[in-house]
Amino acid sequence: MSLTTDLFIALPELFLVCSAIGLLMFGVFGASTRVVCLAGVAAAAITLVLIWLAPESGAAFSGLFMKDPFGDFMKSLVMIGTGTAIVLSIRYIEHEGMARFEFPVLMLFATVGMLMMISANDLMSLYLGLEIQSLSLYVIAAFRRDALRSSEAGLKYFVLGALSSGMLLYGISLVYGFAGGTGFDDLAAVFAGGEEVSIGVIVGLVFIISGLAFKISAVPFHMWTPDVYEGSPTPVTAFFASAPKIAAMALTVRVMMGPFAELLDQWQQIIVFVSIASMILGSLAAIAQQNIKRLMAYSSIGHVGYALIGLAAGSAEGIRGVGIYMAIYLVMNLGTFAVILCMKQKDRMVEQIGDLAGLSKTNPMLALALAIFMFSMAGIPPLAGFFGKLYVFMAAVETGLYTLAVVGVLTSVISAFYYLRIIKVMYFDEPEEGFDRPGRELSIVLGVCAAMVLLFFVLPSPLVDGAAAAASAFFPG
Amino acid sequence: MISDWPLLSLVIFIPLIGAGFIFVIRGEEAVVARNARYVALWTSLVTFALSLFIWFGFERGTAAFQFVEQGDWIPAFNISYHLGVDGISMPFVLLSTVLTPLCILASWEAIKSRVREYMIAFLVLETLMVGMFCALDFFVFYIFFEGVLIPMFLIIGIWGGPRRVYAAFKFFLYTLTGSVLMLLAILAIYLDAGTTDIPTLMTHALPAGMQFWLWIAFFASFAVKVPMWPVHTWLPDAHVEAPTAGSVILAGVLLKMGAYGFLRFSIPILPDATATFTPIVFGLSIIAVIYTSLVALVQQDMKKLIAYSSVAHMGFVTAGIFTLTIQGVEGAIFQMISHGVVSAALFLIVGVVYDRLHTREIARYGGLAKSMPTYALVFMIFMLASAGLPGTSGFVGEFLVIVGAFQVNTWLALLMASGMVLGAAYMLVLYRRVIFGKLDKDDLLAMKDMNLREKLIFAPLLVLVLWMGIYPLPVLDVMSASVEGLIENYQVATAGHEGLSSLAWLLPGR
Repeated sequence: MSLTTDLFIALPELFLVCSAIGLLMFGVFGASTRVVCLAGVAAAAITLVLIWLAPESGAAFSGLFMKDPFGDFMKSLVMIGTGTAIVLSIRYIEHEGMARFEFPVLMLFATVGMLMMISANDLMSLYLGLEIQSLSLYVIAAFRRDALRSSEAGLKYFVLGALSSGMLLYGISLVYGFAGGTGFDDLAAVFAGGEEVSIGVIVGLVFIISGLAFKISAVPFHMWTPDVYEGSPTPVTAFFASAPKIAAMALTVRVMMGPFAELLDQWQQIIVFVSIASMILGSLAAIAQQNIKRLMAYSSIGHVGYALIGLAAGSAEGIRGVGIYMAIYLVMNLGTFAVILCMKQKDRMVEQIGDLAGLSKTNPMLALALAIFMFSMAGIPPLAGFFGKLYVFMAAVETGLYTLAVVGVLTSVISAFYYLRIIKVMYFDEPEEGFDRPGRELSIVLGVCAAMVLLFFVLPSPLVDGAAAAASAFFPG
Repeated sequence: MISDWPLLSLVIFIPLIGAGFIFVIRGEEAVVARNARYVALWTSLVTFALSLFIWFGFERGTAAFQFVEQGDWIPAFNISYHLGVDGISMPFVLLSTVLTPLCILASWEAIKSRVREYMIAFLVLETLMVGMFCALDFFVFYIFFEGVLIPMFLIIGIWGGPRRVYAAFKFFLYTLTGSVLMLLAILAIYLDAGTTDIPTLMTHALPAGMQFWLWIAFFASFAVKVPMWPVHTWLPDAHVEAPTAGSVILAGVLLKMGAYGFLRFSIPILPDATATFTPIVFGLSIIAVIYTSLVALVQQDMKKLIAYSSVAHMGFVTAGIFTLTIQGVEGAIFQMISHGVVSAALFLIVGVVYDRLHTREIARYGGLAKSMPTYALVFMIFMLASAGLPGTSGFVGEFLVIVGAFQVNTWLALLMASGMVLGAAYMLVLYRRVIFGKLDKDDLLAMKDMNLREKLIFAPLLVLVLWMGIYPLPVLDVMSASVEGLIENYQVATAGHEGLSSLAWLLPGR
């Protein structure tokens, strides 16, 4: 395969990395942060278009890089997440005195890493993508250098992230040692024989799953999430909870369904355990939270648990469910964080749940939007979140994972409690101080997300079909 | 011609359009409130008028679904937007469209804050209720069924009494727990049958072992909604805290969703399991009738008393349904409609005095017969209807249920009948303490009798109660073909199975 074809297959990534470098130069030579941000959004949008313009699939760079429908689907979600996160952060970073042009550039670099992760077709390129992403994220988490909490979040994220990378690498080396390859295709061919796999491979697989579970913040590797989410600047939290999470989930799916697809029996029980533990912890631990960012951290842990139900099923329906779930999660999450960014009293950001009291009277539209997101996250029909849960539960019932499905629905009732609590604070409690007028870009993001969540039921087919096409990448024929 | 219109879709979605109108009203608060009231009232009246076409255009004497509409929705899953009504669901559509305008009238003056949101919530609620009774796709049904929680949660929580937050959460979480299990059951059925289309599912035989678990999952959902003992505890709280109109809809329509679910899903789709579980339902129904009647007897709060009486009356309904005789099932449906009207009226009656005195404590009242004679008369008729006096709608339903119960088991009939006696006891006690006795409290003396708006609210309910009590044939006519079809299919499905014989151990009295 010629270099030209290789480069063409990786065109979106190449474009994004070039524009990130270009913006870096641009910023160094004195462009204002706002301009760099807007250019970053434009770059993300063009990358999204490029992903869809080059539909042909195939491996590139001697099988290190893979472009397929699944990757395209997940990459689109990541690009939407990144673009929206940059839009959400423009006003915030100016207002909070952290308006440095490196901020959007680092987000773009992290996104390049995410695209690499999603397209990885070799354990080496997987690790490369993961580290490009992580190193940028560590810096963004600590971007507010003068704030203790932000620095703490960055440091914590870095130390624990490095640990998980170490585990991942250890797992990769074990798999390489026992299976004799790092390419996904090679590994799949080795395991396809159906013979007994050596215990070394299993141990390696466990380490790899542990490393990945850290990246998607699944229990028992979730401990960093609440602190990092709470400590990081709010737009950064919005970013963390959307794009990197989707990329890491896509990576997990690709690793499990690609090279290790034949070892389903081996890893299924691990994923089932991780999923159940995440759902239970996510729903119980969130109940007592007072800080809304911390609550969203636990909520995201729970959501990862639900998405993992689809992976645990290991079927085309399951992967489709993961795709749908992550897409809907992305919209709900960006919308919710847009509301959190509106929580500003007398020019000061607030983030306690109690600060929302009586919002339905002081700012009815904002309250309505947040109520829609909360009902949706709780999985109440006809809102979008219900459909997300529906498809993963359907996959679980289909593959006979009844315990998983029952635990899933029961924890969704428990989690409904804390989502309802936010609605209660907004609608049932007496108003205190209202919020400042939100910026226009926040209102637009909010409005679009709320409309999508509310009206998803009218036309669910495009997303369902898209996710089904994505899932078919793992099930040829 | 009007018969070519998508009548069901219109009845379902016109309230939603009205809600959209109210949503965009802008201006001063008083103006918005007045406009919202009028838009809501007219929307619900138009909806009611349209629903009358369903009543008159409905062809009696066939068990087939009528006014059927079908359109693609999620073709990848074979899920379609499928609507239609038969004799079992059609009366409930009417019940919903009758009660909604009355609720809006009843809230005319009682609701003073956030009128716009209140009216939107009620219209959305009407859309969801009617949609649920019309849905012929299990999935569509589930979305309407569960969507009801959102407006009801807000109605109780925002406009409710002092413990509204607790009541709203309890209502929401109780019902949600039941329904999510049903969701799993729906998925399992879908994966077995490849469709969620209800008419198709009724002819699809599910494996008996699977039916067992599915029945339990359905039961978890419907029993909470009915509500059956022992999962009824959310109801008194929700009723006491909800605003008057909220209680009316809750008792009038939402409680029927559970029993409707039994009729529409548990019995036709899971006949074998139904036969197995019938004794348990009888047991729970008997407890519901006797125990909650006794509890109602000692209540100090009017709304709580009526709430417990609702649980008892719904015990009649569940027992009637599971006798699986024509009389029993028809009686149960009749009882549901009658209870929908009577309990709605009773909650409105409590609302009348609550609006004046702002307390529901029975002991604070007494002797109202003197100061409010019209009120006393209206109260008496509905009180007697609730106690099941012949000539009122309450009698027909309970009588038919007991006839049905006799055919199955004498003891069941006897215990049910004792519930009727207790029902008369607590209603009479309530009436005596509120209406008779000495009028010795000053604030009661000053209370005005019902005004025109209030009389207008009660007039249609009064007509319905007496009409259904004196000449019940039109209502029974509507449902008889569908009920016969239901029983016949059930008997065909269970014939030759050992299911029915598992009843034998409960039948010492025969």
